[in-house]
Amino acid sequence: MPTSTVSDEVEPLAAEVREAARRHYSLKIRGANSKAFLGRRTMGRVLDLSTFAGVIDYQPTELVITARAGTPLREVEALLAAHGQMLAFEPPDFVGGGTVGGMVAAGLSGPRRPFAGAVRDFVLGVTVLDGRGQVLRFGGQVFKNVAGFDAFRLMAGAMGSLGVILNVSLRVAPRPRAELSLSFADKWPAAQARLGELMRRPLPLSGAFHDGKRLHLRLSGTERAVAHGVAEIGGDEGPLEIWDDLRHHRLPFFAANRLWRLSVPGTCQVGDLPGTWLMDWAGAQRWLVTRAPPQAIRAAAREAGGHAMLYHGAVDGEDVFDPLPSPLMDLHRRVKRALDPAGVFNRGRMYEGF
Amino acid sequence: MLSEFDPRLDYRFPDYDLDTLIARLRPVLPADGLLSAPEALRVYECDGLAAYRSLPGLVALPRTTEEVRGVLMACRDMRVPVVARGAGTGLSGGALPFPGCVLLSLSRFDKILAVDAEARVARVQPGVRNLALSETAKPFGLFYAPDPSSQAACSIGGNVAENAGGVHCLKYGLTVNNIAALEIVTLDGEVLRLGGEALDAPGFDLLALMTGSEGLLAVVTAVTVRLLPMPVHARALLAAFGQARHAGEAVAAIIAAGVIPAGLEMMDQLAIIAAERFCNAGYPTNAKAILLVELDGEEEDVAIELERVAGICRAAGATEVRLARDEAERLRFWAGRKAAFPAMGRMAPDYYCIDGTIPRARLADVLDEIARLSAQHRLPVANVFHAGDGNLHPLILYDARRKGQLDRAEALGGAILELCVEVGGTITGEHGVGREKINQMCVQFSEAELKAFAALKAAFDPIGLLNPGKAVPTLARCAEFGAMHVHGGALPFAHLDRL
Repeated sequence: MPTSTVSDEVEPLAAEVREAARRHYSLKIRGANSKAFLGRRTMGRVLDLSTFAGVIDYQPTELVITARAGTPLREVEALLAAHGQMLAFEPPDFVGGGTVGGMVAAGLSGPRRPFAGAVRDFVLGVTVLDGRGQVLRFGGQVFKNVAGFDAFRLMAGAMGSLGVILNVSLRVAPRPRAELSLSFADKWPAAQARLGELMRRPLPLSGAFHDGKRLHLRLSGTERAVAHGVAEIGGDEGPLEIWDDLRHHRLPFFAANRLWRLSVPGTCQVGDLPGTWLMDWAGAQRWLVTRAPPQAIRAAAREAGGHAMLYHGAVDGEDVFDPLPSPLMDLHRRVKRALDPAGVFNRGRMYEGF
Repeated sequence: MLSEFDPRLDYRFPDYDLDTLIARLRPVLPADGLLSAPEALRVYECDGLAAYRSLPGLVALPRTTEEVRGVLMACRDMRVPVVARGAGTGLSGGALPFPGCVLLSLSRFDKILAVDAEARVARVQPGVRNLALSETAKPFGLFYAPDPSSQAACSIGGNVAENAGGVHCLKYGLTVNNIAALEIVTLDGEVLRLGGEALDAPGFDLLALMTGSEGLLAVVTAVTVRLLPMPVHARALLAAFGQARHAGEAVAAIIAAGVIPAGLEMMDQLAIIAAERFCNAGYPTNAKAILLVELDGEEEDVAIELERVAGICRAAGATEVRLARDEAERLRFWAGRKAAFPAMGRMAPDYYCIDGTIPRARLADVLDEIARLSAQHRLPVANVFHAGDGNLHPLILYDARRKGQLDRAEALGGAILELCVEVGGTITGEHGVGREKINQMCVQFSEAELKAFAALKAAFDPIGLLNPGKAVPTLARCAEFGAMHVHGGALPFAHLDRL
């Protein structure tokens, strides 16, 4: 068996984890701190990963990049762009500039998600520190790999509660040669009907959102494929910048101080909730600014076959993620204990006491 | 032989009284849902890896989630191991019965429960065949993307257990990228729903953890799959090369040009000759390697891009490039590739299919090393390769009736898998670890990593009754295997930087 060695650079981090486990305190894992708003408010000692940075390996023809957790997302994206590649799930980058580790831990994906996949679909492997301070490598640097459980995908969206991400290998994609934005003056119900029809056809769609007034569609691919798509779809051509503003939450809508995210089947109707909506992901990710009580919002999302998350604006002690049914919550507790037996990592960030 | 479970190195369970278990299961299952006659059990003694055989104690054939739950509760109470089985087409012995176990066959869960064409999802029972999904979706202009070569026979439940791939996964992804939700039953008798029709679910991504877990965590009783719009047009080309290295360079150049083909396959000369003898696909048998490249999409776009790919292949040194002139020729190109496995049956009485993944850049080196290992073990090896995603299938030709050949084939297969790890790849790309590669897990993972896998299993199955002796080796097994594998006092590959 290969032995797990802890390098000199990792050892100080591992020592902090062991100390926290021994003395039963929680560690708050932090990269660039650009997503501090996300999740429940927590206490704990900061474990800083921001200096654990740098791209380790990038072979464009292998379609894989491996970077340390603290590597700025911006740096990775610039390197990929220089080789005509990209992260197809379009992770958002907020004020302060996020890191690769934070991107995986938060599990947020951008406008291309319904067409290309989410963070978890592109993570090929991770190296983590577990709750005992051991270095574990799950997955690897190749796309097809079914040896061992997919514990690496489990890290995507786990909010750091299962381990300290040290290195990440990501699958990358070629940047489309052509891209174009179209819009229609549809109200949402009409836009949803149009999307229902378009999404069933083999079109080069790479984005579909409704800003409250208009439906915006993005097409990506070869010049010929995009031109063909435009001929099939119609609509008014508009600026592409709107997609970056959507991706990085720079549209004025996202400035609201309390914002809900409903993740639901794109084709569903969500029950009557007062407030203003922005529909992304062809209706599968609905942003809502509302004064409706949390229970009503969560119930409406569940009724529609999805779930609601208080994306930002939670007060101390307020739940952010949808509560899980108790047998599923028990299973989550056991999975957490398997990798973090002393409950060291980001205690309470996902769920209370967890 | 690995088919013999070793109580010291695998697991040991207390003896149980078969009649008591039968009495407990009778009321749980339909009258024809419990098999115990030796000749009936014989049908279930192996899966697609037929060299490994072992008999279950009983076979249970439930039809409903409630019946599955009943079987699991009885087995939990009596501490009887349970091995779930789909269509039994797996190639790694994942459904090989643990001796005396209850073999839980999901073959009667064969209903398509709902197809929602607008939402592009289908909810099905796990025994539904992979190909039946695409056939059902076709009238709606949709398809289910993962297409393992056994797709006419294999079941979606087995696909989930193995995280099955296929020839189109470079562009369309694996099973994990194409399913939305699972209903599972745990050994505690809890029925849980993981995922959903939304694009994500609250909590941990247990849907991803379940996918590829080889029956070790829970039993899947329903699967919601995502369906994709069928591409309007597909075209293929065949490129022949005088050197395998040039074919590898062509693959890298295609990817570097930003093209993601729907299929990108390579075959070496022995595989070409075997396929040509078997089905006259028109392959150039004097070529050292051929590439098959398929592009799909809008018609004119595909034509332009295929010309680009043809140019790239020529620039990389292709001796011949053929664009399929029509659909019949495209299908003929693929017929040879799809027949590669059965074609081996004409070359030798038996063949053993290996499944590793390597970084593509190492292909030529790996092929050279496989040729060296092949000579060393005195058994021929043909190579077919999902070149787009680095998934290599060396096919070892042997004759099980000749003394020592099966052992040599097993040893050669093990050496090839260890080579895959050495160059930065993995011991299994799509067939799963199962029983077959249980020892090589000790090469790829450290003690701490294997303990973490065991802890994750225990989170679902604390007493370890689900598919014991598969996928995750015990540390005792690794210690024994490692002891056999010490080269000159050093552990294998101890020098490797484990990124």
